[in-house]
Amino acid sequence: MASHYEAPIRKPLVIGNKGYHDVTVDIAAPVEGRANKHWWIVFSIALVAFLWGVGCIIYTVSTGIGTWGLNKTVNWAWDITNFVWWVGIGHAGTLISAVLLLFRQKWRMAINRSAEAMTIFSVVQAGLFPIIHMGRPWLAYWVLPIPNQFGSLWVNFNSPLLWDVFAISTYLSVSLVFWWTGLLPDFAMIRDRAVLPFQKKIYSLLSFGWSGRAKDWQRFEEVSLVLAGLATPLVLSVHTIVSFDFATSVIPGWHTTIFPPYFVAGAIFSGFAMVNTLLIIMRKVCHLENYITIQHIELMNIVIMLTGSIVGCAYITELFMAWYSGVEYEQYAFLNRATGPYWWAYWSMMTCNVFSPQFMWFKKLRTSIMFSFFISIVVNIGMWFERFVIIVTSLHRDYLPSSWTMFSPTFVDIGIFIGTIGFFFVLFLLYARTFPVIAQAEVKSILKASGEKYKTLRDSGKPMYQITKLKAEVKEPITDDVLMGEVVPTVGDKVGVSDLLSAVGSFDATTQEADDLKKVKGIGPQMEATLNEIGIYTFAQVARMTESEYNLLDSITGSFPGRAQRDDWAGQAAILLNNKR
Amino acid sequence: MASKVIHAFYDDDDVLMLAVKRVKAAKLHIEEVYCPFPVHGLDKAMGLAPTRLAITAFLYGCVGITVATLMMNYIMIEDWPQDIGGKPSFSYLENMPAFVPIMFELTVFFAAHLMVITFYLRSRLWPFKEAENPDVRTTDDHFLMEIEIHDNEQELRDLLMDTGAVEINVSEKNSH
Repeated sequence: MASHYEAPIRKPLVIGNKGYHDVTVDIAAPVEGRANKHWWIVFSIALVAFLWGVGCIIYTVSTGIGTWGLNKTVNWAWDITNFVWWVGIGHAGTLISAVLLLFRQKWRMAINRSAEAMTIFSVVQAGLFPIIHMGRPWLAYWVLPIPNQFGSLWVNFNSPLLWDVFAISTYLSVSLVFWWTGLLPDFAMIRDRAVLPFQKKIYSLLSFGWSGRAKDWQRFEEVSLVLAGLATPLVLSVHTIVSFDFATSVIPGWHTTIFPPYFVAGAIFSGFAMVNTLLIIMRKVCHLENYITIQHIELMNIVIMLTGSIVGCAYITELFMAWYSGVEYEQYAFLNRATGPYWWAYWSMMTCNVFSPQFMWFKKLRTSIMFSFFISIVVNIGMWFERFVIIVTSLHRDYLPSSWTMFSPTFVDIGIFIGTIGFFFVLFLLYARTFPVIAQAEVKSILKASGEKYKTLRDSGKPMYQITKLKAEVKEPITDDVLMGEVVPTVGDKVGVSDLLSAVGSFDATTQEADDLKKVKGIGPQMEATLNEIGIYTFAQVARMTESEYNLLDSITGSFPGRAQRDDWAGQAAILLNNKR
Repeated sequence: MASKVIHAFYDDDDVLMLAVKRVKAAKLHIEEVYCPFPVHGLDKAMGLAPTRLAITAFLYGCVGITVATLMMNYIMIEDWPQDIGGKPSFSYLENMPAFVPIMFELTVFFAAHLMVITFYLRSRLWPFKEAENPDVRTTDDHFLMEIEIHDNEQELRDLLMDTGAVEINVSEKNSH
C-alpha cells in the first residue's frame, strides 16, 4: 500500500525482525510475567516515602500550616514550588500525544502511553498541594461555584487561583479520558491473551468490551484527532494560567508579561526531562529497547535542548526588562536573585537549566544513554530551583525592609515533597506492571512504514506481503445439523478433535516444549497419553479449557465423564503455567 | 434469528485491503471487519459512512461556552455584583477579559468529555460490556472479515480462499 511508504533515509522506529505478533508478545510480557526483585525493592522504597508523606500530611492537617516553614513575609514557598514543579512535569505527556499527533510524528507512539501516565500521576501530586494548603481539605469543594447556604456567596471568577482550579481539573480529566480511550484496544489485547479467569475478568472490565470493528476504529481515530486538537491549546493554557497566579500580582519579579510563554517552555522542558528519566529505566527493565530506541532518546534530548534554550532566553529577557523598565523595585529583585542570600539557588537554576542542555548540541552526548539520564536528573533539579527562586526570592525582600527574612523548610515541608515523589513512583510502578506501557495498536499501524523488518524488505525490493492461497479444509461448526445448537460430538469424531484444538490452541513441536501434564491432579499417565493423542501437550492448552471443552473431551475420550470439571484442570494448569514462568 | 456467516482470517493488512476490494467488487455486503489496529482507508474501501463525531464535538463546545457565559454572568454580574480592583461588575462585556480563561476551559471540557461519551455509547463501550470480537486473535495479529451467507457458501469460500485468507470458518450467528 502506498501509505506504508517512508523515505529510506529515516531510521527505523522499531528495531529487530518484528512482525505484528512479536509486538503483541513483547508489550504483553511485562504484564503477564512476574515482578522481579528490583521492582519490589524500588516499589518498597517508593511506598515508604509515600507513607512518610502521608504522615506529614496528617500532621499538617491536624496541627495546622504552622508546622511548615512559612512566615509572615514568605507565605508561599515549598507548597507552591512543588505544585508548579509537578504541574510542569505533567506537561510532556499531553504535549507528546497531542502536539506530536497533530504534526504526525510517528516516534511519539513508543512513548506517548507512558508520558501520559506520567502526566496524570504528576498532576495528581500537584493537586495535593493547594488542597493541603487550604488547611481544611474537607472543604475543598468550596472552590466550586455551587449554590450554598451562606447567601449569595460565590467564588471569585476574577481570581487566577480560581482559573487554576478550572484549568487543572479540565486538564486532568481530559488527559485521563484521552489516555483511557487509547488504552482500550491494548487492554483488549491483554484480555484476549489472558489465561487466568481473574485476569480475563479484570481486563474485560478495563477494556470496556472493545471489539475492534472497522467502524470503532474509524471513530477511534477521529476522536483521537479531535482530542489532540482540543488538548493542544489546553496544555498551553494550563501553564499560562498557572503563571497568571504570579503575573497578575504586583510583586517585583512576578509582575511580567513574559511569564506565560516562559512557563510553558519551562514546563515542556521539565516534562521531557522526566519522560527521559522514566523511560531510560523502563526500556531496560521491561526489555523494550527495540521500541524505545536511542533515536527516541535523541529526539527527546533535542526537544530538551530547544526548550532549555527558550527558557534561557526568557531568563535573560527578564534581566534586561528589569533594567530597561527603570523600575528600581524590579531591578533590585533581579539583582537580589543573582547576588543576594539566595545566589546559590539562582546559579544552580542557571547552571542546570541554561548551561547543561547545551551539551545536547553534540551528537555523541545526546545519543549516550548514561549522559541523557544524568542531564534529565539535572534538569529536574534545575526546574525545581527555578520555581523556588521565582517564589521565595521575590517574597523574602518585600516592600517593607523591616519584615525582610529568610525561608527555611521544616521536616514537614520536606516530608510532604518526598511523599509526593514516593506516591508518584508508587503509581508509575504499579502502572508499569499492569498496563500495556506502549500503545501497541498504534505501533502495529506504523510497523510496515517504520519497522526495521519491513524497511529492509522494501530496501531490497522484496514484497511486503504475500498472498497465500489457502488449501486447507474449511472448518464446519459441529452444531450444523443439530437444532438449537446443543453440542453432541460423537466418540472419536475428527471434527470434535479439531474443534477442541481450535478452542485450546494447537501444539507445535518445533517451537514449543511439552509439559508434564501428570502434574495436574486427576491426569494420570493414561489420560496424558490420550490428551497427547488428541494434540494437547501443554499447560497453556489445558488452561484454556472451559465447560464446553470439558464436555467435548469427555465425549471424545469416553472415560471419567465430569472428572476434568470436578478437579478444575484448567485452574490447576493455569497455576502450573504461572509457576513455570 | 440465527443466520450463517463466513469468517475469513487474514494475517496482513495489505492482503485484507485487497480482499475487501475484491469482495466489494463482487457486489457482496461485508458484515464486519475486526482489526487489531486501525487500517487506513479500510472504512472507505468497505463503504462506511464518515463519522460525525467531530461535528458533535463542535456542538458540545458551543454548549460549553454558553454554559460558562450564562454561569459567570449570573454569578458575577447579576446575583452579587462587586467592585474588584476598581473594576465594577456592571456589564458582562466590559468584564469579559477576566472570564476568558474559564470560558475557554469549559468549552474544552464540554467538547472533550461529551464527545468521548458519545463515542463510547455509539460504539457500545462501557465497563462490564462483553467483547464481541468472534476470535481472540483479532486483537493480536489477525484480521477477520465477516460475511453473511445467503445460499452462496461455496462461491464465497472460493472467493475468500482466492483472496489469501489464512483460515475460513463458517459459523452460526445469533443477532444480539
